[in-house]
Amino acid sequence: MASIEINGKTRNVNVDPSTPLLWVIRDTLGMTGTKFGCGAQLCGACTVHLDGNPVRSCGTPLSAAIGKKITTIEGIGASDAGKKVQAAWAALDVPQCGYCQSGQIMSAAALLAANPKPSDADIDGAMAGNICRCGTYPRIRAAIHKAATGA
Amino acid sequence: MTKLSNPARRKFLKSGAAVGGSLVIGVSLPGFNGAQAAASTSAMNAWVRIGADNTVTILCARSEMGQGVVMALPTLVAEELEVDLNRIKVDFAPPGEVYINAMLGGQITGGSTSVRDGWEKLRIAGAQARVMLTEAAAQKWGVDASQCSARNGAVTGPGGKKATYGQLAEAASKLTPPKEVKLKDPSQFRYVGKPLKRLDTAGKITGKTEFGIDVKLPKMLYASLAQCPVIGGKVASFDDSKAKKMPGVKHIVGITDGVAVVADSWWQAKQARDALTITWDEGPNKNLSSEGVFKGLAEAMSKPAASIRQQGDVAGAIQSAAKPVRATYQMPFLSHSPLEPMNFTADVRKDSALLIGSIQFQQMALGMAAAITGLKPEQITIRTTFLGGGFGRRIDLDYMAQAVEISKAIGVPVKLVWTREDDMTHDFYRPASLTEMSGGLDANGRPVALSLKMTSPSVTARLFPPLVKDGVDPLMTEAILVPYDIPNQSVGTVIHDTGLRVGYLRSVSHALNVFANESFIDEMAAAAGKDPYQFRLSLLEKQPRFANVLKLAAEKAGWGKPLPKGRARGIALMEGYETYMAQVAEVSVENRQIKVHRVVVAVDLGRMVNPNIVEQQLESNIVFGLTALLYGDITLKDGRVQQSNFHNYQLLRMPETPKIELHIVKSTEKPGGIGEPGMALLPPAVANAVYALNGQRLRTMPFRLA
Repeated sequence: MASIEINGKTRNVNVDPSTPLLWVIRDTLGMTGTKFGCGAQLCGACTVHLDGNPVRSCGTPLSAAIGKKITTIEGIGASDAGKKVQAAWAALDVPQCGYCQSGQIMSAAALLAANPKPSDADIDGAMAGNICRCGTYPRIRAAIHKAATGA
Repeated sequence: MTKLSNPARRKFLKSGAAVGGSLVIGVSLPGFNGAQAAASTSAMNAWVRIGADNTVTILCARSEMGQGVVMALPTLVAEELEVDLNRIKVDFAPPGEVYINAMLGGQITGGSTSVRDGWEKLRIAGAQARVMLTEAAAQKWGVDASQCSARNGAVTGPGGKKATYGQLAEAASKLTPPKEVKLKDPSQFRYVGKPLKRLDTAGKITGKTEFGIDVKLPKMLYASLAQCPVIGGKVASFDDSKAKKMPGVKHIVGITDGVAVVADSWWQAKQARDALTITWDEGPNKNLSSEGVFKGLAEAMSKPAASIRQQGDVAGAIQSAAKPVRATYQMPFLSHSPLEPMNFTADVRKDSALLIGSIQFQQMALGMAAAITGLKPEQITIRTTFLGGGFGRRIDLDYMAQAVEISKAIGVPVKLVWTREDDMTHDFYRPASLTEMSGGLDANGRPVALSLKMTSPSVTARLFPPLVKDGVDPLMTEAILVPYDIPNQSVGTVIHDTGLRVGYLRSVSHALNVFANESFIDEMAAAAGKDPYQFRLSLLEKQPRFANVLKLAAEKAGWGKPLPKGRARGIALMEGYETYMAQVAEVSVENRQIKVHRVVVAVDLGRMVNPNIVEQQLESNIVFGLTALLYGDITLKDGRVQQSNFHNYQLLRMPETPKIELHIVKSTEKPGGIGEPGMALLPPAVANAVYALNGQRLRTMPFRLA
């Protein structure tokens, strides 16, 4: 039995500690906002925060998350950066199919928390690991700028 | 053609029959059953349900995979129903005859048809419900309906009388629907044509939206399926002695397509699946290779073509032309790769089945499920979730059939989830193709002849064989005819099965044919020594909608104006799904890598339901098209697809995304489709720009520079 802290709550899970955090979050805890896209840390759909840093939960074993603060899409709105990102996403109608957007928002929120006024190059760097097959990239870029400036 | 080894599935697919040019699946379907409306809810018709609490629910009978039908279609209903669009609830419709897409003959989401099919039908549904609610109010008040009017979810009558739709719904639902209703003049539209925000955004930015992969049923187990690495191969034998001892494993079952491991969690199922030892009978495709595929296509070129257009004397005109032009274009297989891997949840019991997931073809789902389970269609409930991308992949329901077979075998609700590797190696791929073109110019540089011969596998021959007539697959010949005024033309196709199974992928054959046609017209312009924009324009005197978007794109892109050193522009033009579009791409090349800096799109798609969604779709298509021209390449060796995940089948990422500028023509023409055409047009625009830049003519996708 492992104890983890997720979105500010302590949860006990009876799972092999080598299990990827993604499947603990989705199947064991039933929080399905975090998505499975590739299982190989290539697409970013499974992005969550560990102590505020974006990680790919499909390649992060449960054992690596113990003792850290896990934040998922279900909890990111409680942070200042997360709230701004979600508001900008809504204002610019970013999502299409929406499947990758949890991961996009988690990466964007981590970027803004670390770098409140990112340049286009900063955005490229922080978001290059998140694939959107629908191609919402132009709106993601605009929404990150909007979240940063409040404009 | 893919062979389905399960006889029931085969039987079902065979039952497809074409009637009057549209597809009818030979499985009886239940009529609209009110979609299990709650007791306090009244169904006005198949699309509108109103609760006593004033909740207005509009059913969306097309699958939402990003393209915005969940917003656009209810907008059409709400416009005439006279309800506040921001207060409606949208549910996805069950399978039902009433929901058949008249343009496709089945309850299918595809072909950029959703708005075109629904444009009148859904407004009529809204208007019909409004008339019934108004009549109910009139009867209640003992006045004539002409004295009452409906607005914002309520009916008002003489003397300040007012009743909400919720108060009137039950009585209204018992009235006979009016045979004829008057629709609003477009000048009166409150919602249609306005750039409204999507109603599904809130769920998608908070992780609350339910996709197929998020479905959870009580007592549900998770499945992972080992499929033959050669598509079409079968299990010869398997050893599960190691897998069945692994933690959480509950069942291991052989099904038509492979061996499924069912466990308490998906991760356990997947790990145990990887511990299976399976001997495969790899079947007839075990030696397939990319070299063999393209050799076969090249050989098919020598076969006689089914004619699409014969006009004048092409051979004579080319022979006597001042300058002949010839080129061959090649397209690879492509994978759909929606970001949500294939998955499905099934709960098959003795006398019922509950099937939930991301699908694009509800009618096929019902038919296949009935055939596999032996249940009657009315015993089967199908629920469509949001789709994490579709792009045509989810028209084919192999993954659904697998989940149904697994659940039937073990008698437990089960969610089957494919890995990304499963998804990429077991797709129904966009057909590879070859197109041979030749033409001739007269002494003034005006084209006098154009010949096109295209060969590719036919998706339709596999999925809907009756629709292939006289050797012509209508979904292989989209945009195959050029709009240009060229007196002698010969256009034909040859269907050639390469062995690898193929499927409909966003823009379908538009992408194949537009690339060839719009590259070749550029080659003719170059041979004539003329500006590619002016050359096209001079051949469009009889085609005002084409000419108009071409001019608009050129003007907005600054065609002819100087560019920074190392950059060049290319232009291309098409019609697809009754939408007219031109694009200008601005490119540079560094270290043999193409960089697309800016794409200017001019589009005339007639009337729009929602310009915001139209813009989303145009942006989406540019990114999708850029992925295809830079990276898209599914290759085969020893019968196996060689790409497995996003490291060797790359999708475009943020830093590579160009600046996209959209210019939409104001139009009162009937609506055109917008989900697909743009991706077909970017590759020739970029190829033409690279030619303008460095003289290299790119005739094979994906583009690789010398």
